Amino acid sequence: MTELSKTGAAVGEPVKGPSDGSTAFLDVRDLKVHFPTDDGLVKSVDGLSFSLEKGKTLCIVGESGSGKSVTSLAVMGLHRLGARGKNVRMSGEIWLGGKELISAEPDEVRRLRGREMAMIFQDPLSAMHPYYTIGSQIVEAYRVHHDVNKKTARKRAIEMLDRVGIPEPGKRVDNYPHEFSGGMRQRAMIAMALVNNPELLIADEPTTALDVTVQAQILDLIRDLQKEFGSAVVLITHDLGVVAEIADDVLVMYGGRCVERGSVDDVFERPQHPYTWGLLGSMPRIDRETSERLIPVKGQPPSLINVPSGCAFHPRCPYADIPKGDVTRTVRPELQPVGSGHFSACHLSAEDRTRIWTEEIAPKL
Amino acid sequence: MEGKQTIMRRSTLAAVAVVGSASLLLSACSKADDKSDNNGSKSAGANAATKDVVNASTQKGGTVTYEYSDVPDSFDPGNTYYAYMYNLSRLYARPLMTFKPGAGESGNELVPDLASAPGEPSDGGKTWTYKLRPGLKYEDGTPITAKDVKYAVERSNFARDVLSLGPSYFQQFLEGGDKYKGPYKDKSDKGISSIQTPDDNTIVFKLNRAFQEFDYLVATPQTAPVPKAKDTGVDYVKKIVSSGSYKFESYQEGKEAVLVRNENWDAKTDPLRKQYPDKVVVKLKVNAETIDQDVMAGKAIDLGGTGVQAATQAKVVNSSDQKANTDNTYGGRLVYMAINTKLAPFDKVECRKAVEFAVNKVSVQTALGGPIRGDIASTVLPPDIPGYQKSDLYATPGNKGDVAKAKEQLKACGKTSIDTNISARSDRPAEIDAATAIIDSLKKVGINASLKQFPSGKYFTDAAGVPKFNKKQNIGLHMMQWGADWPSGYGFLQQILHSDAIGDSGNTNLSQLDNKDVDSLLEKAIASQDQGERDGLYAEIDKKAMEEAALVPLTYFKVLLYRPAGFTNLVSTAAFSGQYDYLNIGTTKK
Amino acid sequence: MISYILRRTLAAVILLLVVTAVTFAIFFLLPRLAGQTADQLAQQYIGKSPTQADIEAVKQNLGLDQPVYVQYWDFIKGIVSGATYDLGPTTAHCSAPCFGYSFKTHVEVWPQLTDRLPVTVSLAAGAAVLWLVGGVTAGVISALKPRSFADRTFMGIALAGVSLPMFFTGQLALFLFTFQWPIFGREYVPFTENPSQWANTLFPAWCSLALLYSAIYARLTRSGMLETMNEDFIRSARAKGLRERKVVVRHGLRAALTPIITVFGMDLGLLLGGAVITETVFSLHGIGEYAVQSIRDNDLPPILGVTLLAAFFVVLANFLVDLLYAAADPRVRIS
Repeated sequence: MTELSKTGAAVGEPVKGPSDGSTAFLDVRDLKVHFPTDDGLVKSVDGLSFSLEKGKTLCIVGESGSGKSVTSLAVMGLHRLGARGKNVRMSGEIWLGGKELISAEPDEVRRLRGREMAMIFQDPLSAMHPYYTIGSQIVEAYRVHHDVNKKTARKRAIEMLDRVGIPEPGKRVDNYPHEFSGGMRQRAMIAMALVNNPELLIADEPTTALDVTVQAQILDLIRDLQKEFGSAVVLITHDLGVVAEIADDVLVMYGGRCVERGSVDDVFERPQHPYTWGLLGSMPRIDRETSERLIPVKGQPPSLINVPSGCAFHPRCPYADIPKGDVTRTVRPELQPVGSGHFSACHLSAEDRTRIWTEEIAPKL
Repeated sequence: MEGKQTIMRRSTLAAVAVVGSASLLLSACSKADDKSDNNGSKSAGANAATKDVVNASTQKGGTVTYEYSDVPDSFDPGNTYYAYMYNLSRLYARPLMTFKPGAGESGNELVPDLASAPGEPSDGGKTWTYKLRPGLKYEDGTPITAKDVKYAVERSNFARDVLSLGPSYFQQFLEGGDKYKGPYKDKSDKGISSIQTPDDNTIVFKLNRAFQEFDYLVATPQTAPVPKAKDTGVDYVKKIVSSGSYKFESYQEGKEAVLVRNENWDAKTDPLRKQYPDKVVVKLKVNAETIDQDVMAGKAIDLGGTGVQAATQAKVVNSSDQKANTDNTYGGRLVYMAINTKLAPFDKVECRKAVEFAVNKVSVQTALGGPIRGDIASTVLPPDIPGYQKSDLYATPGNKGDVAKAKEQLKACGKTSIDTNISARSDRPAEIDAATAIIDSLKKVGINASLKQFPSGKYFTDAAGVPKFNKKQNIGLHMMQWGADWPSGYGFLQQILHSDAIGDSGNTNLSQLDNKDVDSLLEKAIASQDQGERDGLYAEIDKKAMEEAALVPLTYFKVLLYRPAGFTNLVSTAAFSGQYDYLNIGTTKK
Repeated sequence: MISYILRRTLAAVILLLVVTAVTFAIFFLLPRLAGQTADQLAQQYIGKSPTQADIEAVKQNLGLDQPVYVQYWDFIKGIVSGATYDLGPTTAHCSAPCFGYSFKTHVEVWPQLTDRLPVTVSLAAGAAVLWLVGGVTAGVISALKPRSFADRTFMGIALAGVSLPMFFTGQLALFLFTFQWPIFGREYVPFTENPSQWANTLFPAWCSLALLYSAIYARLTRSGMLETMNEDFIRSARAKGLRERKVVVRHGLRAALTPIITVFGMDLGLLLGGAVITETVFSLHGIGEYAVQSIRDNDLPPILGVTLLAAFFVVLANFLVDLLYAAADPRVRIS
């Protein structure tokens, strides 16, 4: 294998792009991730497409089990590893910097991992090895991709810890994860992810395990670093507050599929899908009186083995009966443009959607 | 005896490692009969070593290896009670008398060893005089004197606080034996006054009663000389000074002893020992299956002489080739069931006779491992002990018991049914099986016996050997095995039939037979100078005991030895429970 | 740290005292409570048909005429400060730690223990290396490819290894490799004398013992690895772009091995107290064999000696395991 250039393509190979010539830095097309189990085929992600430019932040939102994390792990190429790796079925295309990852050799993807694309996990305590110091774990991440001695790598690790705001990084570098506070650990985790200057950073619920004040600091940090490094950021969350704060684009997932996609303004100001409405309704807002209860989306997330026919959301959708006939129960809605760069998959007519949003939903928010 | 647990001269652990599948063995036996069809093979044939010396040879050199699955009580000739150690110790410790290496019962003959002739009795058998051979020397070249023999007897019989494992017959029979404190406490040079050494070659024993079988007593290793200056008491076992044809090259407690030629042993002083092998190695605590493998491969001799393991036995008797290499012989032991004559209703002889008639001896024999492990018995004395006379007072059809006769006796006893208990040793499966077979046959005549098991280590000290205990627990029947300390009627019978042998604990007269006739016949016999007369008296005592129905003879115990190839001068002797005589075994291997 | 060691040592001494007291009680006090007299006890150490004088002499010499607590005290005193024993013509001083003389054979216990310890250590150490390497390797392979052919084979062997009794596997190994195809020696040779022959002789015993233990360790490792390889930090390690081998060994095995080390320490400690069946089958004159012999002879001093030695090893192993655990897992602090 030849050494990879920073763009992620092998030196000497022509830089291939997506078949339609799109130039987006990250381009995911019709991604399907299925897991055969004893109970049946689990369709965790079932036909997902999106793209992301460098310097931009995409937030993927949705309930647990909607396929957010599976998508991010698919991009990282982590599904194929380990004892379960044989069991996963993936199809579609994932283009990163002009390189297709699903069809690539596992070792090629491995070389990209941690260098071109890095990931931050939800719970930094369990995501770091308890038996190694913070420093050695960062050093390890750096030395996989850089042929430097330990001393240089350690200097780099201290530098990164300093950059993410760890006080006394020269000392703390030799601490073990359990000796850090939760926020500190997540900072260290970020330092570890960014040590190789990746162009794509995937953060899977990076703030969920942290308390509120620390959450804001971590988000600020990610935003600052993104500006500094110009990376593309995919941020997975179920917290729309986080989305509002940081996202450029938003992708709403439901039952392994995208139900709405658009700019943060589109999705927050002109949401076009009843599920998005539900999510917005369940969002706590500081400018609201706390006495008013949050309105969660009623019902259970769909089974990923027996996905409801037609629109997967129809069993929970209060408006499922508005479209004529049983179209919501029989026909799966495709993602349709509902504005410039704004897509939604819903059988409701544009008029109905506008009416319901402006008359029924928006006033209550 | 078979008293004090496992320690007894004739027993060796009495392992009788029998045998889950008695039926398998039975079929095996019927198939491979005694005709040795060894076409051209060099085997001397089955039981050859019980008839004559096998592989007689004067070839010198090589190493003879003995293996044993256990550890002996001690290599110290003054502190051992195992038959195989009596046998083996003669290589390095010469007693005054010993047994002549000979096949079967001819091995029971006593011959002088350290002494130049058998004991000269005087004073009606109360005084015994022995003359030592001239020119006897220890391994260090110093002369062996009568004083050393005296000292050996003193230390082994009178220092019981530290050397407690051997028998103490001299203490009981020597005049003033109850008063003497032993050489370690009584530091005077005189020692016990009833052993006199008028000169360096003469030793005189003065007994407190007439004892015509005294030659047997001095045939124990306790009379093998020990130089007083070299005696370290308990520690002597680590540095034994040899008077025999071999001396210790090394000794590792519980593991191994290596004997090499004793250069200061002089063949001219010894008509018995030939000093054939260069080296004799004794390995202890060897896995029993390993021993069988080695014996069959001609690598070793089983020191214990209890015979092969059950699995090996099944294999061996099924192959006529291998069976030709076996010696199946009496072990000088009786397997029997004692009837407690002091416990009602067995205090009535008719009730005891009911038991005699009821027992199906064939089923007991099967439980004990079949004919290979013993012939059905009908007398107290086994056939290989002098004094044995064939007799069967309670003969039943096919030895299978006679319910009618038993019920008749029961009626005469004034009973229709009896409830009692039978004791057996929990760690001897064959004994438990035999007791179970007996319980079955007793049930048929209305005697209901329940099995009570006790570990063999405590059988005599805490259970069956404690009369009070038996009374309290209503134990009327006791499983038992017995071998004599010396091969004579007295040696066999005294401890199990004489009223003197009844004690508060450690009792070996389990029948608690207290019969004036038996007692006086025993006294009479031992005071009689004539062996023929003595043997006649023993037969009479045997008969008397059977008339009293003091015990139910079950089987005459037999061992199945595998005769390892490559060893010379193998002869199975009755004097040592059927073991090969270890005195002159050599090897053809270098 | 020093106060920790002191505290642990003190606790260990107390524990060992309790162990000796319990052992003493089981073999001496209980029979007495059940009605056994000192006479009956003494008879067990005498040949046959002992006279009353014999019994008195033995009783006095062994101290059996003393109250049980005095006998116990004498035993403890002997360990701490040595004791003097009557050999017959002379007396011998047996210096501390003095475990006394065998009641039966009157041979000093301590030299027997030190004499036999190398055998047991050789057996345990060799087997431990084999089972640790074999068991952990099999466990890791099984865990990385669950339900694969290799997994099923290893786990099948493991099941057999755990289920088959030692006296079967041992006997079989003995039969096959020392009788049928005699490629291994049978006579134990001390390591210091001839290392290659030492290993050659012990190999079948090691294998038999190792089969039993590696079965347990394979299963332990497998389940530990399966659990560890699902941990988040393994995902993180992969997300760094580490090669899978490094992920497995440096991250997975490192975490899965720590609890195994604990079990290993305890097992080794237990084994040093004597592998009774293995030693018996392979005719190795180790601590375990001595224990069996002593128990059969109801020979108290060796029983106490062996028990104390075994307990000492367990306590020591426990202590070392704690230290090791603290060293292996930075989250654990010794205090």
